[in-house]
Amino acid sequence: MKARYSIFSLARNALNYHQDWRQAWRSPEPKSEYDVVIVGGGGHGLATAYYLAKEHGITNVAVVEKGWLGGGNTGRNTTIVRSNYLWDESAAIYEHSLKLWEGLSQELNFNVMFSQRGIMNLAHNQHELRELHRRINAIRLNGIDSEILNVEQIKAFCPILNCSPTARHPVLGASLQRRGGTARHDAVAWGYARGADSRGVDIIQNCEVTGFRISNGRVQGIETTKGYIGAKKVACVTAGHSGVMAGLAGFRLPIESHPLQALVSEPVKPVLDTVVMSPAVHVYVSQSDKGELVLGAGIDAYNSYAQTGSPLVVEHQLNALVELFPIFSRLRVLRQWAGIVDTCPDASPIIGKMPVEGLYFNCGWGTGGFKATPGSGWVMAYTVAQDRPHPLNAPFGLERFTSGYLIDEHGAAGVAH
Amino acid sequence: MFLISCPFCGPREESEFSYGHEGHIARPADPDSLSDAEWADYLFMRKNPKGWHYERWNHARGCRRWFNVARHTVTHEIRAVYKMGDPPPAIEP
Repeated sequence: MKARYSIFSLARNALNYHQDWRQAWRSPEPKSEYDVVIVGGGGHGLATAYYLAKEHGITNVAVVEKGWLGGGNTGRNTTIVRSNYLWDESAAIYEHSLKLWEGLSQELNFNVMFSQRGIMNLAHNQHELRELHRRINAIRLNGIDSEILNVEQIKAFCPILNCSPTARHPVLGASLQRRGGTARHDAVAWGYARGADSRGVDIIQNCEVTGFRISNGRVQGIETTKGYIGAKKVACVTAGHSGVMAGLAGFRLPIESHPLQALVSEPVKPVLDTVVMSPAVHVYVSQSDKGELVLGAGIDAYNSYAQTGSPLVVEHQLNALVELFPIFSRLRVLRQWAGIVDTCPDASPIIGKMPVEGLYFNCGWGTGGFKATPGSGWVMAYTVAQDRPHPLNAPFGLERFTSGYLIDEHGAAGVAH
Repeated sequence: MFLISCPFCGPREESEFSYGHEGHIARPADPDSLSDAEWADYLFMRKNPKGWHYERWNHARGCRRWFNVARHTVTHEIRAVYKMGDPPPAIEP
């Protein structure tokens, strides 16, 4: 067991000029076989490993990652956490996740900087306002905190927002989930990695999966750039590359991969202490602890695995930003990037068993997976350990595309990507 | 941002076009006889390749006509533009 992080360990290490901090996780060579191999060392995969070890006592586990931990979508999202989803199935899984977020820093002994600064969704026309009321009522019936703000309350809550009635898209109302907010995204990967490693999970970076070994319809192991690794069960948690992994295993998924762009401004003093989203003009913005505005855009329409995107999407997003926040019009943008998101036809994830025995996929989170990281790992660990889905993720199986029981969160989810 | 050569109008900016997703997905010839699994396959399952992708585009802010494109999903290079109904051209990797 590793030494716990605390104010005392910080003080003790300060006396040594911080030269003696131990590595947070090992980097072992892969063993020849594991009970479970998890493909993908992002937040969801590492959380799966952590809960497999902690909740189910399965510790003969490896996480294989083709790059570095959290270098994919975990480090590329806009760090927003919320659970204000319309449908019961989504509300249950995202709220389960939000409850895990609320204790996560203590649970992991790692500061994930979860900040419940509230998340506000704006309505710009009468239809949106009515839809917002409907959604908030449904969310409250599921026992999830959410409220409606009128324009005066919005002005008081976020004074820098342009609430002028003469604006191109006037603000007519908003929903607010006060328990929503942001978290430090790569700290989530690091915290779960450290927690999983201390329970015996092997984390193997720079190890790309090149194929699955399957016989008699059952997975036997994975071919990787570090050689063959046997596995009784394989859990694939590879976000935008899930279609590629499914192709290696010989089946297709109802998923398309698209770039989702984000950018940050130069850092400024604290000016925005909440998260503001506008589905209509399509921007979402918060301010990081470093002072940078963190801005998210919509997806590029075309299929792509290039972690970039077209400038016209950024232009559209910045138009929306300065419309809502004229105060930001002189800010300069520091960095822009894209992550490859795995979009599903119903904008809901796929978590469960696959056509190959012993192979499980957790994918299809599309544009909104970060908020689900703890809950996603938790239900995925259950699914892999028990070889059946937990009631929370049972509605999110691949079979819903055959049964027609889709969970259509397009638009309902707050941002209509 | 990339240029797309509309077979009817010539090279134009990407912003003039709408994306039509994977091409060459044939409508079922006999819909009544399809099983649920076959419907799921037709409606939802996609190749989503990392590499050459045969896809449809519409010159929505131009001639408004549909056509096919072979585009690489990592480099965004366009190797072939061809009309609806034409077979997908073979592309050297």
